[in-house]
This record gives sequence, structure tokens and C-alpha cells, in this order.
Amino acid sequence: MFFPISNSHINPVYLVVVGFVIGILGGFFGVGGSFIAGPALRLMGVDWNYAVGTDLAHIVGKSIVAARKHRSLGNVDLKLGMIMALGTIIGAEGGAQLIQALKRAGNVNTVVSWVAIVVYASISIFMLWESYSTLKLHKGQSRRTVKPTETKADHSAFGPVTKKIQGMKIWPMISLPTSGIRISLWTILAVAVVGGFFSGFLGGGAGYIRMPSMVYVLGVPTHLAVGTDLFEIVISASYGTITHAIKGNVDILIALVMHTGAVIGTQIGVVATQYFAGPKIRLAFVPLPLIGAAIVIYTLVTGHKL
Amino acid sequence: MKRDAAKSLRAFAGELVIYAVLVTGYFFLVLHVLGGWLYRLETQHRVVYAVVALLLIAGQAIVLDAITTVLFRLLQRRWR
Repeated sequence: MFFPISNSHINPVYLVVVGFVIGILGGFFGVGGSFIAGPALRLMGVDWNYAVGTDLAHIVGKSIVAARKHRSLGNVDLKLGMIMALGTIIGAEGGAQLIQALKRAGNVNTVVSWVAIVVYASISIFMLWESYSTLKLHKGQSRRTVKPTETKADHSAFGPVTKKIQGMKIWPMISLPTSGIRISLWTILAVAVVGGFFSGFLGGGAGYIRMPSMVYVLGVPTHLAVGTDLFEIVISASYGTITHAIKGNVDILIALVMHTGAVIGTQIGVVATQYFAGPKIRLAFVPLPLIGAAIVIYTLVTGHKL
Repeated sequence: MKRDAAKSLRAFAGELVIYAVLVTGYFFLVLHVLGGWLYRLETQHRVVYAVVALLLIAGQAIVLDAITTVLFRLLQRRWR
């Protein structure tokens, strides 16, 4: 199938399958799936700037479906999501501006590839350490069969650091009853701006940064972090889609085809979260950014168009 | 419990088949027709294209979510 906007030929079945896989991951982990979608589009010869922008558009659709499902399961903190959306938009604009500067300098592909490798690998290593340590600490509890209703109680080996961050009384302090925390507005905004920057720079909703940040920095339970992140991604990725589309980085036809697969995958992923405890979800998350990093490394080494 | 899971799986498989037929039709009819128009919009009116792109993906999300939910409910009831 020929996609005239990005001037690329891609098999629609490939796009539907990629969308389906990303949908499952998105529904289960609360991520946009850009660490898979970006490289998967690049593998088909789509330029990085189109891969980044198109992926954002696809994420809007997928996150609408996932956030609706998570909301029905009580996994969305609307207040937190709204505040984070504001910070994410500011950060996303910064990331998109940097992409434009790199496009003008003519080295956008190399720089984005290397940054992607470092970021993906760092997240995986940290989450592997944390979730493994947490599961080891609560070995007895994780062995017993978990009922869907008790999976939302969360533990983290990074908990003491999270408590210190929550203890920083910088005015104004915000109460988030749904997530069960009270924290400084500036901490929430800082997490959101950093996530937004990577969203604009590497593409996607940056859930691979924001979901772990919500758990480790803000102290939000994993299930709520997943649902809230998806709600927040709807707002921030919509803004990202508009700004990238105006800059000529979005092939909406590719996004629409990918999204048809994502709708089914997302529903499977959302339902699956009900049967896993927080640390297990985080441990299962570990290989995902590594897959993205591996695809980027492969294409850098072999010299394929990536 | 096992019988419920089997029914849900059967309903889901049925949903996938019907959904696949709908999506294939969608590719050939809607995307083929929209392709040329969106391409012209992208090259000539970027701001309008940006708004249309967002509306299209959000609209598709709501419509497909509704279709899959209704399909799943209907098939589950049929096989109950």
C-alpha cells in the first residue's frame, strides 16, 4: 500500500500487526509503545521525523480506547492527569523544537538514535533492579494467588526515596485522594516536563519514562500510574500530533491503519492488568525498552535506513 | 469459571473475524478515497490538515471502540 504523505510503501497487514502488539503493551503498561512503533516504522523506510509524528497520532487513538477502559476499572486519577498534561505539553514543545533544529543541522537520525539507545537501556536496567528487589522483599506475598481486587496494593524497593520526595514541602502542596498521596505541584510538573520533552524528541507519549516516574518519584500505585498515564497521553499526544502535523511530520493514513489493530490489542492489555500485582507489571516492562534499543542498534550497525 | 472463559474466548474469536472483515472494507473504501484528499491538504493547508488528522484518529478510536464493545457483547450473549 502506498502512503503518499510520507512517500513510503508499507504492507497494511504489517501495520495492523504492529498496532495490535503495541495495543496490548499500551493497555497493559500504560505506554504509547513508541519504542516499538518508531523503530518498526523506520524498518519500513519511513524517515525518523515521520516515524515520530505519525506514532504520536496513532497513540492518540490507542490511548483514548485504553483510557476509557482503565477509567471503567477505577485506574485513572483525573486531577493528576490534568496537572501532568500541562507540564507534558511544555516539555513536548521543547523536544519538538530540538527535532526541528536537528533537522536543519542535518543530523536528526544519528542524534535521535543514540539518545533513544541510552534512554531505553537506562530505564530497563533501573526497573529490572527495582522490581527484582521488590519481589525479593515480598517473596511470600507474590507466591500466593493474587485476586483481581487485591492487585492494586503496591510495594517498591525505591519506596524510601519516594517518601523523601513526597516529604519535600514546596508550596503549593497538592492532595491526590485517588492515588492516596500529597505532593508538591512542582514535583508533578517536573516529572511531566521531563516526560514531555522525551515525548517531543523521541516520539510517542513517553510513557516509558512517565509511567515509571509516576511510580518511583510521585509514589502513585502502578495500576493508577498506568491508567492515569494513558489519560494524560491522550491530551499531550493530541497536542504533539497538532504541532508535528503543522511541521510536516505526520502521515495520518499510516496512523489510521495501525490504529485498527491497536483497538483490539489495547482491550486485551487493559483486562490483563487486573490479574497482575504492581512489581510484576514493572518487571514484565523491563524487556520492552530494550527491544526498542536493540532495533535502533541493529539498524545503526547494519546501515539500514533508520 | 472455565466455561465462562471459553465463552469469552469464543466471543472474542468471533469478534476478531467480523472486525477483520470490517477493517478490510475500511482500508479499501475509506482510506483509498481519503488518501488523495489528505495528501493535497497536507501539502497545501498544514494547519487544517493537523486538525483533520486529530479529528480522524480520535473519531476512529471512539467508533472502533464502540463497534468492538457492541460486537463482543452481542457475541457473548449469542453464545450464552
